[in-house]
Amino acid sequence: MALSNIFDIAGSGMSAESVRLNTVASNLANADSVSSSPQTSYKARYPVFQAVQNSLAAAGANGINGAANASVMVKGIVQSTTPGTASYDPGNPLADSNGYVYSSNVNVVEQMADMISASRSYQNDADVLNTSKQLMLDTLKLGQS
Amino acid sequence: MFNLDSYLGIQPDALEVYSQRSEVLAANLANADTPGYQARDIDFRAALAAAGQGQEGSASSAAVSAGGALQPQTTSPDDLTANTSPGGVSTEQYLKYRVPLAPSLDGNTVDSQMEESAFAQNNVRYEASLTFLEDRFSDLTTAITG
Repeated sequence: MALSNIFDIAGSGMSAESVRLNTVASNLANADSVSSSPQTSYKARYPVFQAVQNSLAAAGANGINGAANASVMVKGIVQSTTPGTASYDPGNPLADSNGYVYSSNVNVVEQMADMISASRSYQNDADVLNTSKQLMLDTLKLGQS
Repeated sequence: MFNLDSYLGIQPDALEVYSQRSEVLAANLANADTPGYQARDIDFRAALAAAGQGQEGSASSAAVSAGGALQPQTTSPDDLTANTSPGGVSTEQYLKYRVPLAPSLDGNTVDSQMEESAFAQNNVRYEASLTFLEDRFSDLTTAITG
């Protein structure tokens, strides 16, 4: 039944978007973190989404005929390679021998935009889930009134 | 002899195709942020015509003729079974890729707004089909109980 597959699809979408929200939260929380070397400074993290094409042949073989669906998965988390900025702050306990601290490479504006995008997509998926649930319930009640 | 399939007409097939289309649209929405994902949709007319054809092959022709413009073209006896899978409507071959309105840098062709509206429209039509079926059943109940 095609409608029940939507639970998997929208569920995978919500799960992926919540991973994205998680990375945004982590990035924003560490936006002002400093470190004593460029290597150990916090790097912004981004999830990589990938579509999972549920194979047509497999779907047909299971008796679930019909449209091929594509759920989404988080393939991995990548770290931004943008260099962070070094600032002269000899009073900082984390400063290196030259008095520099190295801040994270998080772009706060970009993260906020990302957060809104993730939240919108999550809402869309939740909406799809709700609507499909309602349709299924209506279908179950068919002929009972 | 009363035939329930022909009595219900095209609506059960339409419900099936609607539900599969909403699955495809849900997949588009779930992949709204996936790089390289290409949005798809079902060629509804072709899918429903094939669904009607399958029904003709199984039992009735009333539903197909009721379909009017959806009248299937059969050119060989094999056509009756060619587009049907056992026990339902197969829409795999009617999946088409959407032509994007505006290309995006990451190769994703999902337009969330378009998909949302298509999904809503599809659901309303699903509900409409359900209502038609509901009426059929209540007519039947009236006929039986008097």
